[in-house]
Amino acid sequence: MDPSGLNPDKEQVKPLSKVKAGQTARVVRIEAGASANARLASMGLVPRTQVSMISNGHPGPMVVSVKGAKMMLGRGMAHKIMVCAASPQ
Amino acid sequence: MDHTVRIKKRITVAVAGNPNSGKSTIFNMLTGAHQHVGNYPGVTVEKKEGFCRWEDTEIRLIDLPGTYSLTAYSVEELIARNFIIEEHPDLVVNVIDASNIERNLYLTTQLIEMEVPLILVFNMSDIARQRGLVFDIDRLSELLESPIVQTVGTKGQGRDVLLQAIVETARRGRSSRVHRVRYGHEIEAELEGIESILKAEEPVLVDHYTSRWLAVKLLENDKAITSLVRSDHVRRIVVAAIARLRTLFAEEPEMIFAERRYGFISGACQEAIRNTVELRHDLSDTVDRVLTHRYLGLPIFLLFMYIVFFLTFKIGAYPMRWLEMLFGRLGTTVAALWPAGADSLPRSLLVDGIIGGVGGVIVFLPNILLLFLAIAVLEDTGYMARAAFVMDRIMHRIGLHGKSFIPMLIGFGCSVPAIMGTRILENRPNRITTILVIPLMSCGARLTIYALLIPAFFPPAWRGPMLWLMYIIGIVLGVICAKVLRMTLLKGETSHFVMELPPYRMPTFKAVSIHMWHRGWMYLRKAGTVILGISIVLWFAMNFPRVAAEDLQGMDNDHAAQVRLERSLMGRIGRAMAPAVRPLGFDWKVGTALIGAMAAKEVFVAQLGIIYAVGEADDHPESLRERLQQAYTPLQGFCIMLFCLISAPCIATVAMTRQETGRWRWALFQWTALTAMAYVITLIVYNIGALLLH
Repeated sequence: MDPSGLNPDKEQVKPLSKVKAGQTARVVRIEAGASANARLASMGLVPRTQVSMISNGHPGPMVVSVKGAKMMLGRGMAHKIMVCAASPQ
Repeated sequence: MDHTVRIKKRITVAVAGNPNSGKSTIFNMLTGAHQHVGNYPGVTVEKKEGFCRWEDTEIRLIDLPGTYSLTAYSVEELIARNFIIEEHPDLVVNVIDASNIERNLYLTTQLIEMEVPLILVFNMSDIARQRGLVFDIDRLSELLESPIVQTVGTKGQGRDVLLQAIVETARRGRSSRVHRVRYGHEIEAELEGIESILKAEEPVLVDHYTSRWLAVKLLENDKAITSLVRSDHVRRIVVAAIARLRTLFAEEPEMIFAERRYGFISGACQEAIRNTVELRHDLSDTVDRVLTHRYLGLPIFLLFMYIVFFLTFKIGAYPMRWLEMLFGRLGTTVAALWPAGADSLPRSLLVDGIIGGVGGVIVFLPNILLLFLAIAVLEDTGYMARAAFVMDRIMHRIGLHGKSFIPMLIGFGCSVPAIMGTRILENRPNRITTILVIPLMSCGARLTIYALLIPAFFPPAWRGPMLWLMYIIGIVLGVICAKVLRMTLLKGETSHFVMELPPYRMPTFKAVSIHMWHRGWMYLRKAGTVILGISIVLWFAMNFPRVAAEDLQGMDNDHAAQVRLERSLMGRIGRAMAPAVRPLGFDWKVGTALIGAMAAKEVFVAQLGIIYAVGEADDHPESLRERLQQAYTPLQGFCIMLFCLISAPCIATVAMTRQETGRWRWALFQWTALTAMAYVITLIVYNIGALLLH
């Protein structure tokens, strides 16, 4: 069994920055370094969380919604958050 | 009946919570205006303290910094955590935004782990109800093993229930918990192993922190806690355990801890919270789409900034004028205490030195109050976060946060409130960089210099562009300096750049006015201490050594003032400095005026007036302009303006930089670096200009 509860090989994994506005994705892993990982986790961004993209304005930051709270995410940070398509719940 | 006074109990309560959870509102609701704002020792994080009374108990409340978590990665989180550990508050009140409960409870799980007596305040419960959230409070309270109080902080609802709960919970004291976050048997096994070794080898630490919390923090690779462990054996065991977990989960253990905490939360929420309305897109999403729009966002932001600017400096000009009149009258009244015509030193010290100096700073109080009114409204409505989003695209390029734009804009009015305004920036290198470049934004006082010199040296058609050029030079230099500082002295990430966009809310009069009052008070305190001291020093420099009365015989007042200034310490320094400023195209007269300008930039104009013996320059700008025209070339005039723009921020700015950075070092660095830069740039401009024009 896959202990993380995810099977990323079956789905296409891409950075959060590639998700289009209005779409929802699921976090697979976060590779932003210890300090940023902790910061993201404290704001609700941990693996297996659903993230919906509210607005994704190239080339600047984006607005996402996580656990019912909205937040702004820098593009550089969003590159380090790997997601897959959200499985319908 | 028993009328004897009962012995009062005193308890200490720490208020913790996420930013935007309404923590300050609850704090204000409990304490009212009985607050004291200071700093945590050694850092510039604000510490708010307040008192209130309930029944026979006096409650001391400490407002901890707003945090999402309690890791060792940020100063605020460390402060909050250390306060709870080191100061042993009788209990912690955890303020939670009831409409955003899952994310807010993450901090709660960590407070639970610290095993402090806890009260959960479900704030904004009215908004939660509107969103269709129904809480089974009893069940949640059971699962989280803490009393839960529902409040609407902005309306003062729930105050008495909360105070009652605080007193009762404090009376009960610490109790061990049954429910706790379970991290799964692999991690629990490691925790158990580490705990037993800790108990054997680090009894002092275990006594201070509890073994489970220590073990969790060690496995989370918490730098602050790891550094406390002396035993090599413990360290080795921890490193091995982390490595095992990392292989097992293919992830950093700290991420697993975070995940499991959210798992615990969602378990509790599923059991005790029902959502009766399915709200997918609310109004706030639509508003956000407009305010953060790619093309609309910027104009909307600029409009709001224009309103802030207008309010601060245009509306503020009226009360400012009244204050000026008040200080003017105070000066005349005090002066009248001495016999007319007598040349009295104490009178001059009191009237020109103290009332003039301190009064000149206090007149800005209306600006400060209005600015912070505007900032408080922007922050409390939730717009500030959107503004940061909009400006980030531009500010990011010079290595600053989107929010830095706001204090920089305020700097065009006055550097002092602008530097105070950098408190909206959380990231320290970012904030210091912003503070350091703010004086390059041409402030209102420098406008008086431009207004005197530009018409003196340039034909009407050039005047507008010239003024514009002065402002642009400041902005460009500010951008360059910020970029350079961020690449050298103040390196570091532009913050992680994850920022919550809080829901839109109506600001309350109470919160906004408390905020405004605190800022105003800080400003007044500064005026009464540092600025008072420096004003006295400058007065001495302008009035000593004295000129004998016989030397001034037969001179009119203007001429006498000129001679006095020439022979004063300041005049002497001006003369001594002359060789140093000559390469810039300045003579000793300009040099002396520049020294005066250290007190406040507009003093430059007043000093030139005295030196050219035309009396009060403000009353006769034309006669002074004529003299200046005869004395200097347009190039020299331009160089004077350039030097005034860049060099030596005024004493009020220096004092404010010292206060807001917490270090004299930064204030001195700012002063020296700007002056040196002014010198070099003016030197180059003057010499190239002279070469081209001849």
